[in-house]
Amino acid sequence: MSESSATAAPQPIGTPLPVVGKSDIKPTWCPGCGDFGVIAAVETALKRLKIPRHNVVLVSGIGCSSNLPHFLGAYGFHAIHGRALPVAEGIRWANHGLTVVGTGGDGDGFGIGAGHFVHAMRRNVDLTYVTMDNQIYGLTTGQASPTSTLGQKTKSTPAGVIENPIDPIALALASGATYVARGFSGDVKHLTDLVANGITHHGFSFVDVFSPCVTYNKINTFDFFRQRVYKLESAGHDPTDLVAAWQRSLEWGEKIPIGLFYRTEKPTYEDLEEVLSAGPLALQPAGLHGKEKLLEEFV
Amino acid sequence: MAEIAVRVGGQAGDGIQSIGEALARGFSRMGLHVFGLTAYQSVIRGGHVWFQARASDGRPYSPGDAADILYALDKATVEIHAAALRPGGTVIYDPEKFALPPSDLPAGVQALGVPTLAIARKFTSQSILQNAGGLGAAAFLAGIPLDLLHQILLDSFGRKAGDVVTWNTGASAEGYRFAEAHASVCARALSKRGAPKLLMTGNQAIALGAAAAGLKFLAQYPMTPASSIMHWLAAHAQTLGIVVKQAEDELAAINMAIGASFGGVRSMTATSGGGFALMVEALGMAGMTETPVVVVESQRAGPSTGLPTKTEQGDLNLMLGAGQGEFPRAILAPSNPAEAYRAAIDAFRLAEEWQTPVLLASDLHLSENLMTVDREEVDLDVPVPSLFTVTPNGHTYQRYQYTESGVSPRALPGQPGLEFVAGSDEHDERGHLVSDIRAGIPVWVSERRRMMEKRMKKLEGLAKDAPPPVLEGTAGAPLTFVAWGSTVGAVRDAQAELAATGHPTNLLHFPTVYPLDLPATRRLLAVAHRTLLVEANYSGQFGRLLRAETGVELRERLLKYDGEPFLPHEIVARALEVLNDVRK
Repeated sequence: MSESSATAAPQPIGTPLPVVGKSDIKPTWCPGCGDFGVIAAVETALKRLKIPRHNVVLVSGIGCSSNLPHFLGAYGFHAIHGRALPVAEGIRWANHGLTVVGTGGDGDGFGIGAGHFVHAMRRNVDLTYVTMDNQIYGLTTGQASPTSTLGQKTKSTPAGVIENPIDPIALALASGATYVARGFSGDVKHLTDLVANGITHHGFSFVDVFSPCVTYNKINTFDFFRQRVYKLESAGHDPTDLVAAWQRSLEWGEKIPIGLFYRTEKPTYEDLEEVLSAGPLALQPAGLHGKEKLLEEFV
Repeated sequence: MAEIAVRVGGQAGDGIQSIGEALARGFSRMGLHVFGLTAYQSVIRGGHVWFQARASDGRPYSPGDAADILYALDKATVEIHAAALRPGGTVIYDPEKFALPPSDLPAGVQALGVPTLAIARKFTSQSILQNAGGLGAAAFLAGIPLDLLHQILLDSFGRKAGDVVTWNTGASAEGYRFAEAHASVCARALSKRGAPKLLMTGNQAIALGAAAAGLKFLAQYPMTPASSIMHWLAAHAQTLGIVVKQAEDELAAINMAIGASFGGVRSMTATSGGGFALMVEALGMAGMTETPVVVVESQRAGPSTGLPTKTEQGDLNLMLGAGQGEFPRAILAPSNPAEAYRAAIDAFRLAEEWQTPVLLASDLHLSENLMTVDREEVDLDVPVPSLFTVTPNGHTYQRYQYTESGVSPRALPGQPGLEFVAGSDEHDERGHLVSDIRAGIPVWVSERRRMMEKRMKKLEGLAKDAPPPVLEGTAGAPLTFVAWGSTVGAVRDAQAELAATGHPTNLLHFPTVYPLDLPATRRLLAVAHRTLLVEANYSGQFGRLLRAETGVELRERLLKYDGEPFLPHEIVARALEVLNDVRK
């Protein structure tokens, strides 16, 4: 198959395009937005894995980054704010033959959707969740987000943020995610590997991405991260060591780690849900034909 | 209609529900119709709990107004319930627990002291076994044969064989024989009428109907009185191949259900008003993305946490208005378990056909109480067509294609060449946003209007396709009751009582409360001489809907919002007021 981006213009039924490429809708992000690097990484990862586009579902919530599903030619569900993960989980359980990738922002995932984030990870649902973490609310024009820096002045915090930011990596480790990584949209090649490995990982894969907002966040810029990030892979970090992952997750300041923090193999929710052992739910028989015996309990 | 009613009362933790259900099942296996009322409080131990099994040779639709036998596990039960006993009634109690002088009982009611604790001690030191002796005595007075009672106990203990079963059958037999030696069978007792009937709660009927309709995925968060839908489906999940997911909250529950439906299975969530309030935004997403989903809303007395174990029909306004903006929905409101079984099937049919959320309105009174259902009323052979309906036809696929009916061909993920994005933002026929760079541009302004019209058009189809309003009872009667949901049951019983005293009435009720079949509704309201609206809420929410939709105001109303279900005598009294007022 071609590595060049296949465009998914309105297409005759029955002539599927093999792998995910760009759709004919152009991203509406600001020029220079970090999310361009993320969509490139997601597209390239899906292409590299040669997953047929009809078997991919991109699920998002609301926010600048959550518009992503419209820009790639796969199945997509652009849900309401904060609910990408429960929608994605429902899709996985309805048809676990599908590759489900959640995409969204820090407000969507760690603010309004924080409860779902924690629970999806403890369930180890086999899906990949990529957050475009710009530490600001962009689409609502620049309010503080759950990952905004302490003291950061925003429209909603003119005197500076007085809440401690959430650490998504530490939260993911605490919640039981089995693949925990952090990328930087300024390093698409590295990010592509993290996303691709997340998709092939058997279990919940979390990839938090520094994806700078060039319009509303003047602190956490591309330069800010370029000067600080270092790769765990080059620093001798052992991603099977949970304690080491914890220690690395606490690093913030002059040196900020990106790469794979932690990876482990555990049964997924889908593995443990016995009903799904008979195959994707959507393909199983339904109804109560011939199950009259069921009525005996009511006699 | 001959009837007998047995009431059992005590504290939470006394096993009242088990005694009551055994008696209810005794009657239903005798082929009698049963209404089993369970009344409890939001405590796990203590307080006051009671159960009533009302059996009849015709179908009782409500708890009725009186009882014949009262098994009192504590003195408080006598104080609360003795007044409900009909003349000739009997109170079963244990003199070792409390004294019951005749002066404490209404005229014509006698006491039967049964040594339930002493009987229990013969078998075990566990005092809970006292129930078995009392149950045996109650069964004797109620005309339930001992061998039938024993079979019910064996079935209910199931595989938990051993001492517990022996003790229960032994102690119940002693209680039965004690009563036989010291009292006679209640004069109102009924004999066996035919084949055993099915006995189920509204929630069991909903769960069964959903499974029959092809349900494959339920996501739910525990909330009284909806929880037992999840309990029943979870208990049968493996054998029926249904994934049952207890979600982290109701937000997740409905979003998971919508995701699963998008993913290709029939899905449902269930909750009560508080949880439904949290589901409101996602309900609109189902409407906007045209994803079928069935939501059971089992109402309890509100507002806020309200009375978690008491009933009300106070959430109709919420169900009608749930969600920002406008989108098509249907609200079905069955009145009893037999109707609830059909309503669940209808809900799935309508949700799929019209690709929009369908609400199944229940309430605690319907959800948790037991009623008999005839075998023919539970036809399990429901067609479950494949959801993979879109096939290649050489044309461009558009998920939200404009059509005459408003319904567009629905593809499912995994189907090659039909990829689309379901968007909670306003979108074009392909599903792409018109909310960002297109918003407000003239061509997309008109697309937005067309897309709204396409979705809202489905309401017309739903109104024609959903179960229509029903007028039952005497044609041309001087009084027409208007009711919906579980309240219909008490009205039917009140009608029987009124008819017996020379007051024929009829009843206009609404298995679909929204959207209304307006031509039929107007026609049926027009032929009514005088109407009486009966609703379990403060403001007459359905009356308001009727007035808004038809211009007809139902001035005479009987509204109840004390958390208790309607009883027939309350409705009879109000009906007579209205009728006498007319005659003046």
